Amino acid sequence: MRGVVTAIGLFAIWEGFVRFTELPVYLLPPPSVVVDLLWRRADLLAIHAFWTGLEIVLGLLLGLALGIAIAIGMAASTEVRRWTLPVVIVSQAIPVIAIAPLLIVWLGYGLASKVVMAVLIIFFPVASAFFDGLRQTDPGWLDLAHTMGAPRRAILLRIRLPAALPALATGARVAAAVAPIGAIIGEWVGASAGLGYLMTQQLARGQTPLAFAALFILCLLGLTVYFTIDRLARRLVPWIHPTGDRP
Amino acid sequence: MSVSPSGVPSATSRGIDIALGGRTIAAGLSFDVPERETLCVLGRSGVGKSSLLRWLAGLLPGSPARTDVAWMAQQDLLLPWASVLENVVVGYRLRGAPAPLDRARALLADVGLADRVDDLPAALSGGMRQRAALARTICEDRPVVLMDEPFAQLDAITRLDLQDLAARLLVGRTVVLVTHDPMEALRLGHEVRVVAGPPLSIAHRTRPAGCPPRNPGAPALLTEQGALLATLRGAP
Repeated sequence: MRGVVTAIGLFAIWEGFVRFTELPVYLLPPPSVVVDLLWRRADLLAIHAFWTGLEIVLGLLLGLALGIAIAIGMAASTEVRRWTLPVVIVSQAIPVIAIAPLLIVWLGYGLASKVVMAVLIIFFPVASAFFDGLRQTDPGWLDLAHTMGAPRRAILLRIRLPAALPALATGARVAAAVAPIGAIIGEWVGASAGLGYLMTQQLARGQTPLAFAALFILCLLGLTVYFTIDRLARRLVPWIHPTGDRP
Repeated sequence: MSVSPSGVPSATSRGIDIALGGRTIAAGLSFDVPERETLCVLGRSGVGKSSLLRWLAGLLPGSPARTDVAWMAQQDLLLPWASVLENVVVGYRLRGAPAPLDRARALLADVGLADRVDDLPAALSGGMRQRAALARTICEDRPVVLMDEPFAQLDAITRLDLQDLAARLLVGRTVVLVTHDPMEALRLGHEVRVVAGPPLSIAHRTRPAGCPPRNPGAPALLTEQGALLATLRGAP
């Protein structure tokens, strides 16, 4: 509720500032104009939002799956870790923006290049957080499991894995926060649809208000993705009640 | 692991060498463990008594692997995502064996947790959690039970209750219990052994009269507690 009041207050200041200074609309459109466009061009915005949303969701699903698989693989076998870790680190040493044009050349202007870019950004926080969690199992639990005669596989599946779920939840939240970056960069570099594509098109034509409308939708999209993942992450670790968050 | 003439696997070990981080904790130590009795190993912090227990459990590099011990630590080591009942049978789940759920329920009832079997450990008090850990240890049904300061984190009264409960449930098993509390050792041990070190050596042995759990208010026990405290303070 307070957030809504703050937002309305900020929009009011923005509107007042633009009217008072008589700034041209192509530099900074007032919120009233943007809201009007959100309404009138809803169909156009919806189409582009659909593509960006699809890129983000597919990127998240594949990125989460890849990150989880890499973390479990590295935790299960040192051999896998030796082969995988260098590749993972190199993949993060190259900025995604630098390989974006290459991905467009390889995969085309469509969905695939954006999804791959999103995956490249998303899998790393997931893999690294989850792997850390898998490595930092309470040594007391491991002692207990050893005295119980537990096989390695059972220790991984029944103790180390559930114990690492809070870390996975953290990684997934970071991933959700950065997920739109890959999709948007991909759309800037080369696309035929999507909110990032719409923004560059409209800004090039001086249609700043529509770019702002696209930005607003993108913001809503990002928040929806983040809070969905946050809710799922909480459900993943029902035994954890963060401080100040007790039921 | 050696097997004694009576057929009960023995925890007695010879030639124990423990070196951790370049420090010698034990060198050629022989440690005999009486069968079907509770042996309390008493010592100050840092003498290496926990390392000895870990060696006996097969948890240290170089220590012989064992399949006949149940382990109980200072922390309850309950898995926070599993119910109390599932925690009691966790060993069976880990080994992929059929879990004796009825026995686990009976044990939980025995330790006073009959109505908490489906709760998560977080909903339990410290004393209840350690009761659940005790039930898990007994449920493993191993001839040898190794306990590393199992009641050290409990308040004094809860500790007395848990000691009584443990003494009752551990009858007939070979138990090694490590503690730094002379009263706990005297209440629970058929034999009390004071260790000094490192390197570990046995500084003193005593077999208090009577059967565990002994009355903490008995004058003889209090006198012996005084003597043990003096030995501990004298031992480096």
